[in-house]
Amino acid sequence: MRYLPLTDEDRQKMLETIGVHSVDDLFVDVPKAACLAKPLDLPDHQGELEVERTLTALAARNLDAASVPSFLGAGLYRHFIPAAVDHLIQRGEFLTAYTPYQPEISQGTLQTLFEFQTQVVLLTGMEVANASMYDGATATAEAILMARRITRRDHVVISGGLHPHYRDVAGTLAIGGELESLPPEVAGDETLAAKITPKTACVVVQNPDFFGNLKDLTEIAGACQAAGALLIAVVTEALSLGAVESPGGMGADIVAAEGQSFGNALNFGGPTVGLLACREKFVRQMPGRLCGQTVDVDGRRGWVLTLSTREQHIRREKATSNICTNSGLCALAFAVHVALLGEEGLCRLALINHEKAVALAESLAELPGVELVTENFFNEFTVALPAPAAGVVERLAERRILAGVPLSRLYPDEKALENHLLVAVTELAEEKDMKALCDGLKEVLP
Amino acid sequence: MKEVTTSGHRGLDFEEPLLFEQGARGRTGVDLPEAKGAKNRLGGLQRKGDVGLPGLSEPQVIRHFTRLSQKNYGIDTGFYPLGSCTMKHNPRLNEKMARLPGFASLHPLQPFSTVQGALEVIDQVAAWLKTLTGLHGVAMSPAAGAQGELCGMMAIRAALTERGDARSRVLVPESAHGTNPATAASLGYQVDPVPGNARGRMDLDAFRAKLGPDVAAVMLTNPNTCGLFENDILEVANAIHDAGGFLYADGANFNAIVGRVRPVDLGVDCMHINLHKTFSTPHGGGGPGSGPVVLSKALAPFAPYPFLVHDEKGLRLAENGQDAPKDAKPFGRLKGFHGQMGMFVRALTYMLSHGGDGLRQVADDAVLNANYLLAALKDELSAPYPGPCMHEALFDDATLRAHGITTLDFAKALIDEGFHPMTIYFPLVVHGALLMEPTECESREGLDQFIQTVKALMARLKSGETAYFQEAPRLAPRRRLDETQAARRPVLRFRPEA
Repeated sequence: MRYLPLTDEDRQKMLETIGVHSVDDLFVDVPKAACLAKPLDLPDHQGELEVERTLTALAARNLDAASVPSFLGAGLYRHFIPAAVDHLIQRGEFLTAYTPYQPEISQGTLQTLFEFQTQVVLLTGMEVANASMYDGATATAEAILMARRITRRDHVVISGGLHPHYRDVAGTLAIGGELESLPPEVAGDETLAAKITPKTACVVVQNPDFFGNLKDLTEIAGACQAAGALLIAVVTEALSLGAVESPGGMGADIVAAEGQSFGNALNFGGPTVGLLACREKFVRQMPGRLCGQTVDVDGRRGWVLTLSTREQHIRREKATSNICTNSGLCALAFAVHVALLGEEGLCRLALINHEKAVALAESLAELPGVELVTENFFNEFTVALPAPAAGVVERLAERRILAGVPLSRLYPDEKALENHLLVAVTELAEEKDMKALCDGLKEVLP
Repeated sequence: MKEVTTSGHRGLDFEEPLLFEQGARGRTGVDLPEAKGAKNRLGGLQRKGDVGLPGLSEPQVIRHFTRLSQKNYGIDTGFYPLGSCTMKHNPRLNEKMARLPGFASLHPLQPFSTVQGALEVIDQVAAWLKTLTGLHGVAMSPAAGAQGELCGMMAIRAALTERGDARSRVLVPESAHGTNPATAASLGYQVDPVPGNARGRMDLDAFRAKLGPDVAAVMLTNPNTCGLFENDILEVANAIHDAGGFLYADGANFNAIVGRVRPVDLGVDCMHINLHKTFSTPHGGGGPGSGPVVLSKALAPFAPYPFLVHDEKGLRLAENGQDAPKDAKPFGRLKGFHGQMGMFVRALTYMLSHGGDGLRQVADDAVLNANYLLAALKDELSAPYPGPCMHEALFDDATLRAHGITTLDFAKALIDEGFHPMTIYFPLVVHGALLMEPTECESREGLDQFIQTVKALMARLKSGETAYFQEAPRLAPRRRLDETQAARRPVLRFRPEA
């Protein structure tokens, strides 16, 4: 077996050193009744070639978004990933290291995390960021728990424009909280401030919202501040931060975001990388790992994991969260991609996304029976079709076009959203792809 | 150790500034077309100021991160016996398969008809996990082991709530991972620690004495964090079941028994499985993880959204109340989308590579290697519990203390010798713990070299060279770092000097 270095001769000699006759003697503490009498019904080991064939055949049964015109977003976005990103994250010293428990020989991971934290701070306009969360949805739930700890209040107002998965994860993890979720408003109109009470811990608003609407958060930020509540801004398309005013700049207190757009493939939904940033005064209520700067005994600058008295391995049942692992390698991919982009690349890429989205939105709006619902957006918008969107998407998929996300997939109970289609456009969409979508829609729409 | 060079570099050991200290305006690592300058629909919400990101070319970025990587110790670099973390080899075939466009470029909300191969991967991984554990169902979406714990405990809570039997207490052995009490507490349970006995196991009498109608579950790691099999497990299972509670197993150490023992035969009701530990997905400097949870027949209906459903059109996911089977009673949703697909592909690649026969050999060799270390080192270091152990060998600091150094000092001396230290100061139940997990992937020659090194270090210590340890490491990219300063005056981001 190619991953196992021990030979039978090694095993025999080692058993002699240990002073037992067989490996079975090492399992004496396992109750006899619980030991398997015969091997499990599983296939035997296989060579690399055979396994590769099996997996390749499984992959071939999927229609990958890279090979066809694709306009899916709804929280995860397919962007071009420079070749350098994958090369660097596959370096064994990054790939096969663990959490930097021994900082002297983990400065690579630690310095990267410090750079990642700084990038997240700059992008979000906040003051501190942690070393990543599992994904945007869990980051949002943790932000809510954090706000409740800070304010010692339990009422949470959730915008109807929050990604439905995020809303559901928050509902599942918000143990003991009173969550008040507003209904979805496709055009983005809602009066959140009216929901704030003296018991409100936080208001959660996504920008751009799930339907693509861009929002000015300054007003709701002011209302939160006046009521002693915190504003949690959620961002599912991190690239928007290259074009749109940052949540910090609009008065958010905590930012929870999905960072997949930078450096990470779609991967059918995971793994991705959650971002969590906040004002400095809240740092001790933050969950997850934080990397901090310090010096070694020779006075040289270095990095360590810090403020770990918040964490489960030290605090156990008094920890701020049970989170242990974060998304280290995805955070590295994020950091490399953002480093490659730099200020100029980021802003240009964001603008390209926006312009392409505007172009497609306007083309779609010209199709008979199609209405553009979203007024202001970044790279994703909602259109109302003259027929149920799910069926349209199925029929276009048969023509090898991935048209977008029918809102009914995420709002099966909202009859009013049945005809709505969420369309995302990134730099990867070519003009011929957009034309294919328009032509395809013309054919399948009644 | 004073700098001796002008540049600060020392041969292949480079001093690398931060990204933010080497950028320049007008420089970039990507070539993008000019935006067309068409009208925008940002509604006046354009970013007002600069983001403040540095500009670097591609060669600079490659060099920066290459140099940083060289400051890291990985499994690829050398022996990494970090106990409880299972630093086994990460096969590169796993990486190659996860990057097939048919997996990597799939959007999670594509129509089900276009992702049947991906759903089949999830189904196959689930089937392997069910066969290997003997349990009835599996929740695939938890993002990591700690979230898997939460998932299992939420299923337990939901099952108890349904039978009108809300309970308030969860028993957790003192040797447990910190995530166990943190998980139980985050669900509002009162965490009641159970002491260990002189044999390194949970004290069965103390456990029984704590049982009562308010106990929801016991969270037991088996093999436990001392590297020992909880040989009273069947009694524990019977007792908690008799008391109306559940046996939650922390599957962090499943790699020690995989293919030899099925958790179902130990009386386990649910267990999370860290795919990076038992099924070789990479640790990545701290994630991403993946923590599927196997569930008994009684708990399986409470598994969270989404979950796989077989119907006449093939496979689909139940994502909400509309499309779930009638008998499903999901407690909610733990994560956006469908779980860590990239990790499932890697795990399936590993499962198929090893097969049922190979996985059993994995457990055998992991246990053999650990016992070999224990046998070779128990007279050098102090071993609190006699063998045999399972997949990891535990030592305490009695000998080290007797010679005037700490566990930390000893660990740092190992760094100079080119080894990644073992886990230190965990589990908490022995003084100054040193927990060594060699995994099945280390050769006998590799183990012998480590053993000889530990013996040589102990000879040095016994000859009175305590300073050698207290000043270690000398040869790493950094010497000991001031953690107190880092916590007292936190610097958590780069700021340009004013």
